[in-house]
Amino acid sequence: MPPHPETWLRVTPEGLHCLPGGFTVDPVRPVERAVITHGHADHARPGHASVLATPETLAIMRARMGEGRAGASQQPLLPGEEVAHNGVRIRLAPAGHVLGSAQVCLEWQGSRAVVSGDYKRSRDPTCAPFEPVPCDVFVTEATFGLPIFRHPPADGEIARLLRSVELFPERTHVVGCYALGKCQRVIALLREAGWDRPIHLHGALMGLCRLYEELGVPLGDLRPATVAEKAALRGAVVLAPPSAVADRWARRLAEPVVAIASGWMRVRQRARLRGVELPLVISDHADWAELNATIDEVGAPEVWVTHGRDDALIHAMARRGIRGRALHLIGLGDDEEEDAAPEPAAAEGAEA
Amino acid sequence: MSVPAFADLLERLVFTPGRNAKLALLRRWFDTQPDPERGLGLAALTDELVFTAAKPALVKGLVAARTDPVLLALSHDYVGDLAETVALIWPQREGVNAPPPDLSEVVETLEVTPKAELPELIAGWLDTLDASGRYALIKLLTGELRVGASARLTRLALAEWAGKPVEEIEEVWHGVAPPYLPLFRWLEGKAERPDPRDAPVFRPLMLAHPLEDADVAKLEPSEWRAEWKWDGIRVQLTAGPGGRRIWSRGGEDVSGAFPEVVEAMDFHAVLDGELLVIREDGQVAPFADLQQRLNRKAVTPRMQKDHPVGVRLYDLLFDGGEDLRPLPLDGRRRRLEEWMERVRPARMDLSAPIAFASFTQLAEIRAGARAASIEGLMLKRADSPYVAGRVKGLWWKWKRDPLSIDAVVMYAQRGHGKRSSFYSDYTFGLWRPDGNGGEELVPVGKAYSGYTDQELVWLDRWIRNHTVSRFGPVREVEKSLVLEVIFDAAQLSNRHKSGVALRFPRILRIRKDKPAGEADRLENLMNLVEKGTAEAAD
Repeated sequence: MPPHPETWLRVTPEGLHCLPGGFTVDPVRPVERAVITHGHADHARPGHASVLATPETLAIMRARMGEGRAGASQQPLLPGEEVAHNGVRIRLAPAGHVLGSAQVCLEWQGSRAVVSGDYKRSRDPTCAPFEPVPCDVFVTEATFGLPIFRHPPADGEIARLLRSVELFPERTHVVGCYALGKCQRVIALLREAGWDRPIHLHGALMGLCRLYEELGVPLGDLRPATVAEKAALRGAVVLAPPSAVADRWARRLAEPVVAIASGWMRVRQRARLRGVELPLVISDHADWAELNATIDEVGAPEVWVTHGRDDALIHAMARRGIRGRALHLIGLGDDEEEDAAPEPAAAEGAEA
Repeated sequence: MSVPAFADLLERLVFTPGRNAKLALLRRWFDTQPDPERGLGLAALTDELVFTAAKPALVKGLVAARTDPVLLALSHDYVGDLAETVALIWPQREGVNAPPPDLSEVVETLEVTPKAELPELIAGWLDTLDASGRYALIKLLTGELRVGASARLTRLALAEWAGKPVEEIEEVWHGVAPPYLPLFRWLEGKAERPDPRDAPVFRPLMLAHPLEDADVAKLEPSEWRAEWKWDGIRVQLTAGPGGRRIWSRGGEDVSGAFPEVVEAMDFHAVLDGELLVIREDGQVAPFADLQQRLNRKAVTPRMQKDHPVGVRLYDLLFDGGEDLRPLPLDGRRRRLEEWMERVRPARMDLSAPIAFASFTQLAEIRAGARAASIEGLMLKRADSPYVAGRVKGLWWKWKRDPLSIDAVVMYAQRGHGKRSSFYSDYTFGLWRPDGNGGEELVPVGKAYSGYTDQELVWLDRWIRNHTVSRFGPVREVEKSLVLEVIFDAAQLSNRHKSGVALRFPRILRIRKDKPAGEADRLENLMNLVEKGTAEAAD
């Protein structure tokens, strides 16, 4: 009988550690051997000796951390290919979260666990769609693990943004979105909706957009918002980190309509706390329905929940006879979308 | 598609801080919605369309039958608001292909549906809507719609959309009923203006401009009449065969808050005056007392006894059906005095004229009045007709000089709308003994106006550079910046830690020159508190 994954996959202070393989998935502190699901700062951290990830994730890590800090040795692994470490077979499968995001599929002595990282099931023109992999233990996030979270189709939210631009042609629409993934997805959706005018960007977003284009995701005419005249930004769409849209940086814009693209915008109080005039419910995380459908689809008899609303999700799984376990991994959920604080203090001074 | 369209309008109005943006959203609604939808939407926004069909308990019952109790409890706990929780968690049913209801369908069906069939009806509607549509419908049905667009703003949008003065709309507003088809026909130039007949409608008020001391010299004393400017709320009393109403300055019906005044309105006339809390000895109480009676749908006998209200009358607009507004002020005043003599209504008296020979003399009279209930003087041209709005040169308000203190900034908070990126609201404090031989600052008020744009930029930067800690949106700052704060009156209050409340505090000057230790002490402020002001009860 194959060994249960809990005998060879353990929660350590560094993160989820594979004992026979000697590596950790998304470690929160520097380790000898890391496997990284995707490039968000709470999953991909600097200073590991060796890093295994998709080529896109490795490129994103290099761009964000600098060559030296993104892993002394980088080992790219394409989705569909397989490597083995001390008898543990490792495969990466697309997670549909951001460009390069992957689930880590581990097999040891006939027992299979899939660590999905962050994922979503709705369409995203900037990355490969999630691929369900049958397994014995499925490791999932639960950022939006409450039944109140059901993200509407993203193209409908983009249509709302464009209707607002039409209604207020004198004003600048500034959309707060996270630099990696959300920003490029919003741009790609705008392009799909027929918006072919230039899109202006806060300086903090430019680098990753360029990288996306180098990696084969076309984003159209992008320009820095910082150098544009106030008058030239009337009627324009400007993208900026969420921390900047209602703060000093936004003063350069013409009577801005403040929008934020995030799954949290579904809850009014969240939107109000952040001073948002146009909440756009666009998320790169699975909503409640997607979480549950995915769990059913991979068919795992046991599901481990890394972070988020594990209480509600585990309760819902139990009603279907699926064993749930809360891992309470620390350090996850710190990316912008998962950040509940109305005013992220760290980004306060960012004028770039 | 009307409930979804209305939900979309609601959502934008709720999140939009800017007045102009709200007006634009409302104009688009009037422009794009068919009758009767636009009128019903208008009625819902102005609180003229209120349902009591569904209690929150009914809605809760519906959702409880469709969701897991643990998940519902966790969700409700997270969201807070029940209507929003229900709107978000409501399980979408596959295969529902009925279109979402129109507002008119909601209104008409509710009227004819027996109570027992309500749950099924409402559940059926919720099945056809998305989350924001469900939220709007639940709020509408439970009578809890709070929009963030005042009825006055809504009528202003209507006026802008139709290219008519808002006063013309206000004058017929209360004589027409949802869905306002005759109103829209008139606004679109397809019919005459609706005639309100005897219905108690609001007549737009005549308003005053502030008078600067320097301008006083230009006035000729014999052409002007003076009276006290009382610190109450401006009201219009309308009574006749069609009913009785007390209108606020903006044309809201506030009758429900002052039943004893409505009871006293046993006449056929339209009057202008100031609603005040008047004590048994005839003393006018400070505004804080009146606040206890405001914004209430119902009042208890206790409140009526503790804070008895009356109206000080200063103008007569209609005597019976006769429109006196074209008459000069002196003529209307004579008619008002005759009317008073004849009708002698309870709870009402006349605002006394103040005799004066020169403005120097009048200035002395003004300076001598320190009662908290007096804001200053009103000056009205003797020959002025009663005209709607703020016509320059006819009525002046000549407020008495404000009081002033030097206070220390303690906390700051960001503003709204255009000021959302600025720390523009400041809590300031004064020194008092801390009980251990030292001194401590105690907050005495909050101000968010009075400074120039340049001063705001400076203050914002100062706040950011001198923050010592944060509590959510509030920043506590170093206690080192002194502001000169002016205000109209100081009143005792047991709702404030300092025991005193300021009326209209605003910032006159940033005192960069003054060390915080030399700012005023609480006892300096206490000396400015009016004698005889009662403590406002909770």
